[in-house]
Amino acid sequence: MTVLRALLRRTRGQNTLWTFLVLLALVAVFSALRPNAFATVFELRSIATESAILVLLAVGQTFVIVTAGIDLSVGSVLIFSGVVSAKVMGALGTGPQSGWGVIAAGAAAGAGAGLGWGALNGLLVAKAKVPPLIVTLGTLGMALGIAQILTHGVDEGDVPTRLTDSLGSGSLLGIPWLVVIAVLVAAGAAATLALTRFGRYTLAVGSNTEAAQRVGIRVDRHLVKVYALSGLLAGLAGVLNLAHFSSTTLTSGTQDNLNAIAAVVLGGTSLFGGSGSVIGTVIGVFIPAVLQSGFTILQVQSFWQTVAVGAVLVLAVWSDQLRRRRRQR
Amino acid sequence: MPEPLLAATGLVKTFGQVQALDGAAFTVHPGEVVALVGDNGAGKSTLVKTLVGAITPDAGEILLDGHPVGFAGPREAQAAGIETVYQDLALAADLDAAANLFLGREQLRGGLLGALGVLDKRAMRRRAVQAFAELGVELKELDAPVATLSGGQRQSVAIARSVAWASRVVFMDEPTAALGVVQRERVLDLIRRVRDRGVSVVLISHNMPEVLSVADRVEVLRLGRRVARFTAAQTSLEELVAAMTGALTHEEGDTP
Repeated sequence: MTVLRALLRRTRGQNTLWTFLVLLALVAVFSALRPNAFATVFELRSIATESAILVLLAVGQTFVIVTAGIDLSVGSVLIFSGVVSAKVMGALGTGPQSGWGVIAAGAAAGAGAGLGWGALNGLLVAKAKVPPLIVTLGTLGMALGIAQILTHGVDEGDVPTRLTDSLGSGSLLGIPWLVVIAVLVAAGAAATLALTRFGRYTLAVGSNTEAAQRVGIRVDRHLVKVYALSGLLAGLAGVLNLAHFSSTTLTSGTQDNLNAIAAVVLGGTSLFGGSGSVIGTVIGVFIPAVLQSGFTILQVQSFWQTVAVGAVLVLAVWSDQLRRRRRQR
Repeated sequence: MPEPLLAATGLVKTFGQVQALDGAAFTVHPGEVVALVGDNGAGKSTLVKTLVGAITPDAGEILLDGHPVGFAGPREAQAAGIETVYQDLALAADLDAAANLFLGREQLRGGLLGALGVLDKRAMRRRAVQAFAELGVELKELDAPVATLSGGQRQSVAIARSVAWASRVVFMDEPTAALGVVQRERVLDLIRRVRDRGVSVVLISHNMPEVLSVADRVEVLRLGRRVARFTAAQTSLEELVAAMTGALTHEEGDTP
């Protein structure tokens, strides 16, 4: 009984559990309303596939938000990395017939481009002390602008078919490659945040920067690493995006940063920093995705999804506020 | 008289037009609680920051065990067994007590996991339980974020952290300032227990009755200089206040 009460007391403060219950409830409602359309392997597969790229962005965003920062640039960095990746593959290869070596070089270039933007964000935040909101708003514009300059605003489409057929739309034992990669990244990130010194420092920096500094944690260096990680994952997402859509999708992705931030916050990570979980973020990615799919199947205008997610987002931050206020005594 | 553990003489520190330390001296003997008192602006904070390596003095000498030292930063002072409990606690409020105790000094697992930076949470928790027990700090939930603890408990965690790593001296800047009566008493008990373990405590406080109840000696700072030294048992509130306001200068025992 006391164990149960202790468990209850601990979970009451944990937003992740609530978010998970919300997700379960949504799935239950849609499944009950349209069992033949919603609760199918096909639908689950397509929701997971469409969410995989956002999972990468949101996982990186989780680390940034845990440090009490924000990374608005992820959507643009995704596009930029896709463009760099496509350009490198185009320059080295023979169009759609290019081999694996060319693909590997292109993927590395894309991931490296993302890492570069992330490191730049980190340096400006940590060393130049420019607020993260402004730094990443700036790099959001710069990354997208340079991507458009490089392509003259026209999407690159000559993506090697080996890439699009495997990572882009292929499967491993029936599970789409995109989903496999997203699961691996999320699992690795979850372990890193919860179990390692890197994760502990990330939490400490977000909780009390001054305290972290006084005990000898190199706060600025750590911030650079965290933003670089977010950039790297956005770069990787750019390569996957290129593989999935066979295009650099210059005009899409403007909402990606907000969707990633919404997922992180829905998942119970505090916008004020210091606490958060990667598992929560993954759940937070799936809530809008499930809503979208459910509304489509119910033939409700899917624009309602944006309305619902917006409302839930505000509620999530409000409940975080209440939790923080309650524990201040 | 045994050799002082820490002895500073002739410390000078100027910030722009302000002379914060003007030839200040300070002495800590092994295993004692020494109170550092003085009016606002007397230079207490600057003196402490100088002694713990957070500030480099313009002139003067600091001797540890009779050997001159120059700390380039708090880390070096910590390596020499000197810790500080800051007035504003400096805990990470979202982390639990064990995590705060080991903040910046995390223990890693052995082997491959350790190489990957994986924390040995169980070992750290075990040592935290031990460290808190040794000091008589009772925490209901070791796994709760320290933000959910009371002010006194948080202060106890902060003190326990410093004591766990300090082998020589702990500096405490107003450790009871934000606390209620009961919690204050607990922290004072904690200070006595720390001393009984052989670690010297430097207590910076504005509360004279508190100083007289817990300290073995009192050193008074005024306008950046040490103006008086007392044995706590042989002095009075009036004498301390007189020394702080400049009505009295008094040196007891050895002269610097």
